[in-house]
Amino acid sequence: MKAKHQRLTLVLLGLVALIGAGLMAAYALQDQASYFYTPSDIADKKPAAGVAIRLGGMVEEGSIEHSADGVTVQFTVQDGTARQLVTYTGITPDLFVEGSGVVADGRLDGNGMFVAETLLAKHDENYIPRELEGIDMTAGQHKTETLVQ
Amino acid sequence: MIAETGLIALWLAAALTLLQFALGAIGLRAERDDYYAAIRPVAVAQGVFVTLSFVLLIWLFLRSDMSVKLVAMNSASVKPLLYKFAGTWGNHEGSMLLWVTVMGLAGAFIALFERSLQKRTLVATLAAQAFISLGFYAFLLVSSNPFERLFPVPAEGQGLNPLLQDPGLAFHPPTLYFGYVGLSVAFSFAVGAMITRDVGPAFAKAMRPWVLGAWIFLTLGITAGSYWAYYELGWGGWWFWDPVENASLMPWLAATALLHSVTVLATRDGLRAWTLMLAVVAFSMSMIGTFLVRSGILTSVHAFAVDPERGSFILALLAIYIGGAMALFALRVGTVKEGSRFELVSREGALVANNLLLSVILALVFIGTLYPLLVEAVTGEKLSVGPPYFNLATGPLALLLVAAMAAGPLLRWRRDNPKTLLNRISIPLLVAAASLFALVIFTTSMSILSLLGLALAAGVAVASFAPLWRRNLRRTPLHTYGMVLAHFGVAVALVGMASESSFTEERLVAAKPGDEITVNKWKLQFGAIEPVAGPNWTALEARMTAQYGGGVLHEITPQNRMFAAAQTQTSEAALLTRWNGQLYVVLGDGDSEGRWQVRVWWKPFVPLIWYGGILIALGGLLAMIGRLRRGFQQRKQREFAEAML
Repeated sequence: MKAKHQRLTLVLLGLVALIGAGLMAAYALQDQASYFYTPSDIADKKPAAGVAIRLGGMVEEGSIEHSADGVTVQFTVQDGTARQLVTYTGITPDLFVEGSGVVADGRLDGNGMFVAETLLAKHDENYIPRELEGIDMTAGQHKTETLVQ
Repeated sequence: MIAETGLIALWLAAALTLLQFALGAIGLRAERDDYYAAIRPVAVAQGVFVTLSFVLLIWLFLRSDMSVKLVAMNSASVKPLLYKFAGTWGNHEGSMLLWVTVMGLAGAFIALFERSLQKRTLVATLAAQAFISLGFYAFLLVSSNPFERLFPVPAEGQGLNPLLQDPGLAFHPPTLYFGYVGLSVAFSFAVGAMITRDVGPAFAKAMRPWVLGAWIFLTLGITAGSYWAYYELGWGGWWFWDPVENASLMPWLAATALLHSVTVLATRDGLRAWTLMLAVVAFSMSMIGTFLVRSGILTSVHAFAVDPERGSFILALLAIYIGGAMALFALRVGTVKEGSRFELVSREGALVANNLLLSVILALVFIGTLYPLLVEAVTGEKLSVGPPYFNLATGPLALLLVAAMAAGPLLRWRRDNPKTLLNRISIPLLVAAASLFALVIFTTSMSILSLLGLALAAGVAVASFAPLWRRNLRRTPLHTYGMVLAHFGVAVALVGMASESSFTEERLVAAKPGDEITVNKWKLQFGAIEPVAGPNWTALEARMTAQYGGGVLHEITPQNRMFAAAQTQTSEAALLTRWNGQLYVVLGDGDSEGRWQVRVWWKPFVPLIWYGGILIALGGLLAMIGRLRRGFQQRKQREFAEAML
């Protein structure tokens, strides 16, 4: 192999590899592009049951219910327009409270219930999950008043 | 007074950096020997002054001088001393000052000890190094002065995020910074060599210790960061594909590729242009990593500073440095002569495969990390790219890379015979096949990736020692041992990863004191819940004992901590490490019936992930010591020969 040819081969190999990477990424991102859902997104276009998605929104006031087994919670995530019922078995994050933001990884089951595998809540006053920025946190809070009454 | 002295030292250091750059730039143009001679002491003085400035900032933090804004915002007098110390760099300004300090020290070090490089290339390197530092000095002095005073002086500081109050995290950021800065030095060498058109083995040998050093620090930093996330977040996972984690992984991938290509350049004078390109990419990745973490663009636990002005400043620096380097590369790559050639089946060929695979993995992580940010910037639509993408995209390639790693060291330079390779690698192949066979028979429901991972790890563990086979062990150079150890470390880490993902057992219960919880062969006895207090927190602590089979009783105490200063709660997982795995216990909330949520994991062999990381770093250290010692000996011999003439 001539010198010029070897360098050319290497450059071509590199290009092929990078283009391959781009195609692979594009292929893998196809499913991922719709990875993040708000309750409205789910209402608009329901993902198939069993597909891994990430759900983000606010925990509706008064919606957290603890099950008898002591480790499962059921709650409603809302974004001001739509609501989604979620169930989670596990230790809830430290700042998981009604009215706070939450990001959950999980899947929809056959009955339209979102089964969360991990929950991410607002950690402290400085931290909001990136996906939740700009979502109205006050929407749906009228329930507090009914609770107080 | 201390703050003012610190600021003056910082200004002086910045002025010296400007001088260092000017001496280099003008000196090279005019070919002035006196300028060349002056640049070394200037670089040393710059290092001294910037270090002084950083030491004074540490001093202010240790004294809890609340009249300094940075201290008041980020520290508290009630904090333990270690965290006051670490608080120096646990914030935006301090971490930037740490960055220039390490750069300044690196410049001083090169000026003092680098002797093998051509004089003009050295001068160009120091000038490039000064040019990079200048941007950071401007950043510090214009928009983020760490010594700014605060009036009126508050009585108490505003503390630090309690999640970050942890010995692991105290030293995690500086470790990564040493890595990033080491890559910036490698980048300066590459720019220096491009400017003087001196790309060859001598340049590669001068650059290699810096790449190795940076790579060791990055390896340690990523390992420590992963372990921190594992025990501090209480989720039981060890890698989350969080953008901040990716920000440290991308420079590591580039540095790993660079480390291997620079060896080809130093040993065989091949892959010249490619090595230059990788040096540029590696530094770009550390700048992008810093930008992602520091600009607050990610709004994540790690982004302490949320300030668009700073973000734009770093972005501008990013554009200037990366753009400039790419332009220089494009201009000069044509004049870089073709290196020596090699056959496809050869050590070089395997290293090219290593480099291609690493670059593709890097590109995939890069796209996955930046794509959501790009989409959000352009369309305003929010989306996230999560673990499913990263695992799918990088997992198979990583396994391929590990397979190449087993074969590479067994190949000869320049040209080899595929048949003899098959001979040499037959035993590792048998081991891998036997492991695969055993795993398929004896285990159920393992994922294909974990299955292949474990089998491959077994083969690689054997193959990594093959380079020592039938060699005189006393005459084998130290850097060969380093390579063996690092490659073995990869196999060890891979066993940990595959085992964690396949064999972890988990129990989640609401338990009352007095209850027993079993997972695998472990029996946990839940004794009581007691309140405890630390220096600046109070906690509820679960007293438990754990017993494996009929073995010894171990006490474990998972906690739920409340931090007074920040009104924040964190859960402290209890970990019990045994030779064959780790018991991981998290205490959750109590309910009205007196039950407490307890989550228990038994993770077989999970510590191997981090032991592997440490082995990899140790391998790097051995290689570095070996290379430095050999370089030193060769210089001695040369000087001796010259003296004899």
